Amino acid sequence: MLSRSNLLKLLSAFFVFGAWEVAGRIPVSFAFPTFLESMTALAILIWDGTLFTAYGETLRPLVVGILISGFFGIGIGLFIGLNRKLDWLVSPIFVVMQTAPLAALIPLLVMAYGIGLTSKVFVFCIMAMPVIALNTGGAVRNTPASIKEMGLAFLGTRSDIVLKIVLPAASPIIFAGLRLGISAGFIGAILAELKITPTGVGDIITYSRSIADYPSMYAAIFSIIVLAVVFLNLLEKLERFLFGGLNRGYASE
Amino acid sequence: MSETKQISENAVEVRNVFKNYGDVEALRDLTLQFPKGQLTSLLGPSGCGKTTLLKIIAGLIPATSGEVLVNGKPVTGPGPDRAFVFQDFALLPWATVLRNVAFGLELRGVPKPQREEIAVKYIKDVGLSGFEQSYPHELSGGMRQRVGLARALSVDAQVLLMDEPFSAVDEQTRRKFQEDLLSLVQNENKTFLFVTHSIEEAVYVSDQIAILLPRPSRVSEIIRPTGFRNKDKDSIRRDAEYLDIVDKIWASLRTYVE
Repeated sequence: MLSRSNLLKLLSAFFVFGAWEVAGRIPVSFAFPTFLESMTALAILIWDGTLFTAYGETLRPLVVGILISGFFGIGIGLFIGLNRKLDWLVSPIFVVMQTAPLAALIPLLVMAYGIGLTSKVFVFCIMAMPVIALNTGGAVRNTPASIKEMGLAFLGTRSDIVLKIVLPAASPIIFAGLRLGISAGFIGAILAELKITPTGVGDIITYSRSIADYPSMYAAIFSIIVLAVVFLNLLEKLERFLFGGLNRGYASE
Repeated sequence: MSETKQISENAVEVRNVFKNYGDVEALRDLTLQFPKGQLTSLLGPSGCGKTTLLKIIAGLIPATSGEVLVNGKPVTGPGPDRAFVFQDFALLPWATVLRNVAFGLELRGVPKPQREEIAVKYIKDVGLSGFEQSYPHELSGGMRQRVGLARALSVDAQVLLMDEPFSAVDEQTRRKFQEDLLSLVQNENKTFLFVTHSIEEAVYVSDQIAILLPRPSRVSEIIRPTGFRNKDKDSIRRDAEYLDIVDKIWASLRTYVE
């Protein structure tokens, strides 16, 4: 027996894919395949191993990007949240990064760092880091003053207070930032593969578009969305494992 | 000789303390003694600096000038000789009652088995047995403050600083707390500093009441109820001296209340 929430998820998937199928059959556009055509193409891509080779290529900037932007994003966010001067110094850089038209900057990155892994990781980080750092900073700054004061009154050291009070208190918003940042990073990673050099999944998208094999193109796009959703779900599981008690609300009033 | 006697009698001494926030004068030349083993209330209308004074004694905020002595030693920051009970409880929402009560000991580096053993004892003392694994949001306001009290007791400090600890709990619970506080003062050999804005509460629980007046903050009067302190808890509220003191304090405070 399915649980209610799983049933709703299935129902919602059914409606979305159903709408896709209908739109493909009308057809909305010559270049828009049906859901079933795309899934068939996806099965073929998986079957002949193309997709796995592609992800072997795509996952590298993705994984390196997640690690770098996660670690440094949270780290820098922690510092800007704890230190007002650093906040003034660093936050504007992130705001600029966040609002910069990335596609227009990619040629500059390529000139500076070439067409390899470095540029692609850069694109991921430009997309992901600002959200992670700014969210972390905001959450750290807004730790309830009274529990920090409690930590001081009971002789907590500065690192005690950061590790045992500030970080756990900020964790829901830090994780929200990670989720938003990493999904933006996924977009960045694919953008890099389309704009810099067609490798991995970006290559499948570019190539199948150029030979008008639209089902394969949509299959590749679909696969990256699935990967992102699976990853974000894992992140949510990690959050619940680390800070299970936190989603229970503050008990001050 | 008289110097050492002085130190042994007063757990906390505040000498000529000034505190300014920019141009605002929060405390002016405040001098006050807190006798050992007794409960002293800081009573006054809001904005009279009673919480500021308590936090200066706790070492959480520095005085602009003047000094605070705890057991004869000057205060430079928070210390193991003082424990704080917060008005808004200041519990960690992600931690169980057990971890919250043991948190003061955790910050002092007491190993987990020991600190949990101590915590369990004080959880029992404040009447929360069976709630060790509950989270703060699952408790009522009064129970949360019992957790805050158990946390302060478990670090075994000689001086307990209580910042309006009962103001966020309902009236019935507050009365029960006041009665429990009287037994606590009798049974534990500790000094209690108790901030409140309730005249009845201050007179009911205190050995000594310091009345603070605002703008600029100063101690206007020190009252030591004598007659009913050793009486039965239930008859205090009907005692003539109790009622007289309540009236007298109100008479001196009413001009400061807008």
